[in-house]
Amino acid sequence: MSLLEVKELKQHFTIKKGFLGEKKIVKAVDGVSFKIEQGETLGIVGESGCGKSSLGRTILQLIKPTSGVIHFQGRDITHLSRKEMKDVRKEMQIVFQDPYASLNPRSTVRTILEDPLIIHGIKSRHKRMDIIEGIIDKIGIRKDQLDRYPHEFSGGQRQRIGIARALTLSPKLIIADEPVSALDVSVQSQVLNLMDALQKELNLSYIFISHDLSVVQHISDRVAVMYLGKIVEIADVDELYQNPLHPYTKALLSAVPLPDPAQMKERIILQGDLPSPVNPPSGCPFHTRCPQATPECKAEIPELREKSMDHWAACIHVQPGQKQSIRTSIS
Amino acid sequence: MVRRVFLSPLTMLGLFIVVMIVILAIFAPWIAPNDPLQVNLGQKLLPPSSEHLFGTDEVGRDILSRIIFGTRISLKIGFLVVIIAFPIGTILGAIAGYAGGAVDQVIMRITDIFLSFPGIILSMSIAAALGPSIENVLLALAVTWWPWYTRIVRSSVLSIKNSEFVESARALGASPIRILIKEIIPNTIGPASIQASLDLGFVILSAAGLSFIGLGAQPPSPEWGAMLSSSREILRDAWWSATFPGIAILLTVLGFNLLGDGLRDLLDPKNR
Repeated sequence: MSLLEVKELKQHFTIKKGFLGEKKIVKAVDGVSFKIEQGETLGIVGESGCGKSSLGRTILQLIKPTSGVIHFQGRDITHLSRKEMKDVRKEMQIVFQDPYASLNPRSTVRTILEDPLIIHGIKSRHKRMDIIEGIIDKIGIRKDQLDRYPHEFSGGQRQRIGIARALTLSPKLIIADEPVSALDVSVQSQVLNLMDALQKELNLSYIFISHDLSVVQHISDRVAVMYLGKIVEIADVDELYQNPLHPYTKALLSAVPLPDPAQMKERIILQGDLPSPVNPPSGCPFHTRCPQATPECKAEIPELREKSMDHWAACIHVQPGQKQSIRTSIS
Repeated sequence: MVRRVFLSPLTMLGLFIVVMIVILAIFAPWIAPNDPLQVNLGQKLLPPSSEHLFGTDEVGRDILSRIIFGTRISLKIGFLVVIIAFPIGTILGAIAGYAGGAVDQVIMRITDIFLSFPGIILSMSIAAALGPSIENVLLALAVTWWPWYTRIVRSSVLSIKNSEFVESARALGASPIRILIKEIIPNTIGPASIQASLDLGFVILSAAGLSFIGLGAQPPSPEWGAMLSSSREILRDAWWSATFPGIAILLTVLGFNLLGDGLRDLLDPKNR
């Protein structure tokens, strides 16, 4: 049984435009399916506006999905009431992008960390403090800093406090929504190493949402590439980075700067902008920018298919078994 | 942060005026040289002198003493109106902003109804309907004042309800009421309380206005607006009878405004 299984998840937002209220539908997440096991990290990459964050929030039921099913520990959590959902929330938590916006500026660190425990009915103050002290010890915040306010901390410290808050309820799954993209590079690695260490110690699963391909490569076991609300490719991290199948993944990877410019492949420059999710292209959503697009791409929506062992891509031009490479094993 | 209050001379002046008025109100019986209600027809309309610093009115009452006791009435109205209007407005604004949808529409349209009348007209009609007395003025002003807080609080709730720390509280399973009380209201109270400190002055001014037109404090109460009103007919012969209550109102409103402006500058995140 997978820890989390998402099937055909859709998140459509209705927006009104103009005075007459013409209704438009934004398909932020449009039929996403994947599984994640205990202790595993799934990286989700894509451009701004491709629906990565909406996907994270939908899994957490911060926004109710339009359709689709989310199984968490084998239980369908899509139709739970707020009260029923409360128990599930102990098991899955979120870490946000902006460490300045994700902590209440008027609460001390102690309150921020204690609140989740109060909400979940741990009545003994003594017990709460025990839990908090155990966690801050792991994330490198000192006990005498507990009564300070968020603005007294640096960005990296604040992000660690955000991680500590997510950990207070000892969850199994943490959805990290661009957790390091607001931080300096030196601090990024600190936070990533911390997340790595915590994963090993607590056997956590992460859904790691990011637009930074290097960061995702570093932390993930498996990676899903999203484009306009759909997963276009999903595979183990080494397989995906060494043998990308989908033209979009290829374009993304060709844009990653390498330390040695001689090793850089020729960059695939995509033409145009990300199409509006209000009015997505017909057929394959990527055909408007795809260098390999043919007339069939306009007509047919490609399904996500297993092209080689555990390597799925949604492109009609990628034949199964094509470009098989020796799979490098991952830990 | 505290130091900056002392750096702004205008804020200091405001604070000084407000503190003086509060001291006068608390210790009025000991500070005032005469009984504010003591009629002495033999000494009526005396100009300012060493015996009666601000002169006497048309029935020989000491104007200085009346002004000193008047601070009690004005402060009582100012504070009580804000104390009643502030929580009502804040709670309604927070609910409207957080709940959104139909609840928001209902609360805000009611608020709009109150705001669509000029405040003084609305309080006049309420005070007139309830009958002239200081308590009814208080009620009338509270009724006209809460919608302002509703507006301010609602707009700041809207700006923070989608912030990540609120989302985080939802992800942790906090109930909407808990989120409202622990996450949202503490972050919206700042702008509203600045408005409240500015309002104290305006409430006092409005109360004086209502008393002036006879809807508020009744004679022989030493209310400043009522004092102004009764001095209308003797203005030519006794300039002091209107001047000193007028200055008292002016200084009080000025004091609260300067203090409120100072607080706003102090709490404005851009100035930190």
